[in-house]
Amino acid sequence: MAGSRAKDAKKLALILLFTPFALWITLLILLPHVGMMVLSLKEKVAPRVYEYGFDNYINFAQEPIYWNTLLRTGSVSLLVTLLALLIGFPVAYYIAKIAGNRTKGALFLLCLIPLWVSDLIRAFGWILLLRETGVISSALQASGLIDTPIEFLYNDATVIMGLVYTVVLFMIVPLVSTLDGMDNEMIEAGYNLGGNGFTVLRRIIIPYAMPGIVAGCIVVFMLSAGSYLTPILLGGKNSSWFTEQIYDQFISRYNWESGAAFGFVLLVFTSLVVWLGLKLSGQTLSSTVAKS
Amino acid sequence: MSTTNPTHDLACTALSKSFGSVQAVDNVSFDIPPGSFFSILGPSGCGKTTLMRMIAGFENPDHGDIQIKGRSVIRIPPNKRNVKMVFQHLALFPMMNVYDNIAYGLRCVGASRKEIDQKIADVLERVALPDVAKREIHQLSGGQKQRIAIARCMVLNPDVLLLDEPLGALDLKLREAMKIELKLLQHQFNTTFVYITHDQSEALVMSDNVAVMNEGRFEQIGTPQALYHHPASAFVAGFVGDSNRWTGKVIDAGNNNVRLSCDAGFDAQSHTTDTITLSRGDNATVYVRPEHIQVDTQVNADNNNQTDATNALTGHIDSLLFNGANSRVLVRDKAGELIEADVTLTGSSHDPKPGDLVRLSWRSEQALCF
Amino acid sequence: MKPIYSTVIACLALGAVGTASAETLRLLTWGSYAPDNLVKMFEEKYPDIDVEVTFSNNEEMIAKLRATGGAGFDLAQPSHDRIYAAQLEYDIYKPLDLSKIDTSNMEAKLLDGVKENTTIDGEVYAVPHQWGTSGLMADKSKAPELAGWGDLCDAKYKGKTSMRLKRTILLGTAFAMGEDPFAAYSDLDKYQGILDKVADKLIACKDNIKAYWKGGDDLSAMMLSGEIVASETWDSTAYKLFAENENIVFVPPSTGALAWIDTFAFPRKGKADDAAYKWINFVLQPENVKLMSASTGAMAAVKGAKDLLPDDKKAAVNAAFSDEDVQNLKFFANIPPGVEDMEGKTLEKIKAATGG
Repeated sequence: MAGSRAKDAKKLALILLFTPFALWITLLILLPHVGMMVLSLKEKVAPRVYEYGFDNYINFAQEPIYWNTLLRTGSVSLLVTLLALLIGFPVAYYIAKIAGNRTKGALFLLCLIPLWVSDLIRAFGWILLLRETGVISSALQASGLIDTPIEFLYNDATVIMGLVYTVVLFMIVPLVSTLDGMDNEMIEAGYNLGGNGFTVLRRIIIPYAMPGIVAGCIVVFMLSAGSYLTPILLGGKNSSWFTEQIYDQFISRYNWESGAAFGFVLLVFTSLVVWLGLKLSGQTLSSTVAKS
Repeated sequence: MSTTNPTHDLACTALSKSFGSVQAVDNVSFDIPPGSFFSILGPSGCGKTTLMRMIAGFENPDHGDIQIKGRSVIRIPPNKRNVKMVFQHLALFPMMNVYDNIAYGLRCVGASRKEIDQKIADVLERVALPDVAKREIHQLSGGQKQRIAIARCMVLNPDVLLLDEPLGALDLKLREAMKIELKLLQHQFNTTFVYITHDQSEALVMSDNVAVMNEGRFEQIGTPQALYHHPASAFVAGFVGDSNRWTGKVIDAGNNNVRLSCDAGFDAQSHTTDTITLSRGDNATVYVRPEHIQVDTQVNADNNNQTDATNALTGHIDSLLFNGANSRVLVRDKAGELIEADVTLTGSSHDPKPGDLVRLSWRSEQALCF
Repeated sequence: MKPIYSTVIACLALGAVGTASAETLRLLTWGSYAPDNLVKMFEEKYPDIDVEVTFSNNEEMIAKLRATGGAGFDLAQPSHDRIYAAQLEYDIYKPLDLSKIDTSNMEAKLLDGVKENTTIDGEVYAVPHQWGTSGLMADKSKAPELAGWGDLCDAKYKGKTSMRLKRTILLGTAFAMGEDPFAAYSDLDKYQGILDKVADKLIACKDNIKAYWKGGDDLSAMMLSGEIVASETWDSTAYKLFAENENIVFVPPSTGALAWIDTFAFPRKGKADDAAYKWINFVLQPENVKLMSASTGAMAAVKGAKDLLPDDKKAAVNAAFSDEDVQNLKFFANIPPGVEDMEGKTLEKIKAATGG
């Protein structure tokens, strides 16, 4: 009797714990995606008349501008991911392994500060710094290094820099947590057994940090490929971003059906890239993202 | 600096290292003959880890010299020193299997594949784990990890192997077994082992020589027997093995014999070492090991005169610590202090019981005064 | 604990009182089209109406209403060319009862124009509110000769001009090339031909452009800092800059500035129609028009609207428009279904082309 009661209570606790998760998954993730999926399969044949079919996807495939933009978004995002890794790794290593306990917290906080302001404000910050009459150009002129103002804004390099700045924290956090878990002895053992700095980095530190690296890369790649404001505001005349295409389809062209299809294409594309990355690095989702 | 002495595997001369105002290692000199098992024993914080890290090259000494096989290694980075180290938590690489762990060092020196295969098979044979090469680290038991960590170092033929309390993480039973195994491995490889520990039983069981370290200095270097029976300082006498101790004032001294008026209310006769000079009026402490105290149950309270022993006390047994052959009694003396003494418990009715009045006695040669 | 309880109860009570005695007017409108002082005056005049304002733009207004089938708002203010097709396609508006609106004060030409544009099956769906134009802006001291849309692509301003990559510049460029895009709306093949020509022209022009602006703020910053000397612009933006730098003036293009009229339209599932009519009549009263125009920078669709502008805006308008220019205005024509897609593709093509 008492046993079954305890069992019931346990069951109830389980249900109570599971419910928010289930609700979250169904209401906020599953349903909207199913809705988008259905929408993406609709095609407009006349005002207020729709048919189901794959036309939106076929349109995407037939228009080089669309898939060129998608490939561009993908490759720039990969570059952003790589740069974020190259910048984030030493920072994370410093925070996790070299900084003292008290500075560690302060440094972590320092990395977080950019997240306290919105994407928009951050982008405007860059614009103020980088524009032709902006802080950097003026300072260079005042110091006599250049004669005429230089425009740093409106090119791909700026977009990449802005994106790296925005996402690098999401690289640093998982890296710090994996590197933090690495016993210093491991590094010393690497040296003690005859490895030089490069060997220790390549054979010990990086393999050890691999789950963190992969987790960080996945998050950063997804964030970068899905970002909207930074590439729009900092980008130049030629820098199209796939999210901009989706926005245009939805808002400027009232073409929700094709916008939904584009959204799915982006989802499938980024998932594919992540899957490829996992395959190439020999990792699995459960050993990386789920772990850290 | 000292002259090159190739008859020693490892020689340290006047080694010092401080961190800020803390003198971690203070003017330490010693040398270790080839193929011996050398332990550095001391409480935590005594500087033994710093000393070992200097030998491995992870810290640079402020003063002094370290020589390995007669060559100074002061300017040589850790990865170029032929000193290998078994870390406290072993530091096996979890992302590699056993084979790759052992191969790591060989690959660093550019060994060929064939050579690596050969050497790994060889070293695994010697640590009696021939079939584990393909296993992952987390699949090994504690003792197996220990042996792989040693194999990983020994495959590189080090001049000296440093071991930093590697048994600390093991459970008691395994620790006892590993003590013997480590000693056997050392014999088998015939390499100099330098073993750091705060556990005196580890040091005493395994070592050819033991250095007792305290507050950055070596108190005494000697064989385990010498340390135990002839401690050179109060610290060694107190740290190595168990001792009863009484503090008091010297009332008579001379010819290595000291008579002490103890604070506990009796006079104690003891001897002292050549290096210690005590004179009348000095504060001193006398150390007596439990196994040197004889326990007699056939006494009555009045009969307190001395027999063949020079020192004697009476008291009531407070409790009995049964541990087979190593059983012990705690006796509360008149001053209320507890005294430990070894007894042989036979299981007969003559065995001492708590509450019994007993007479404790020991000979003055078996008491040491500092 | 206690003070918290009492606060909660007080809030609940207030809420109850609020819902009992007041209805809420939910406005979906442009930024600056509902200035705080006007809202406050309105609420004082009609104490039982609460005004809730959501700022948006044409595209988002339609997207929002489309998402809910016309619910969630009681009054929307899309431009006159964004009503007819949106209504046919998505059924998001409901007809107006013109008898409840005081149209006597309205500029007849604009009222008739909007009515004509937004009548479906004999029912009128919108009345005009504010109007303005899109055209050019130039810093007279640096680009005194700028006159037409095509001049933005003039090599002598290389790297010093800007435009917004939206439909306005497509239409302007088409006019500048001697075409009449509005007339071609009825023949979409012909319109596609015009768009292709416009695209070629604008792709060739890319090299001349510093950057495409996205909103009034970045355009203003580029213009005021002197990074650009001429640009496509909304007249209201140009007027604002005129107040800061008298050299920056609005230039109606020689082919005619493109005129838009922001309207009042009723979302299909709006609930507070009476309050919405009250708001419309309220903001069209001359003394309120003045306050509104001060905030929007655009002219109201009432008689003598220019005189109701604040003085600095009046000066800017006088500096920009001659009577001839006013006669020359080209009002945006209703966008027939399909055109948005064609224009969108053209804009994508321009954006994706590597011009410079």
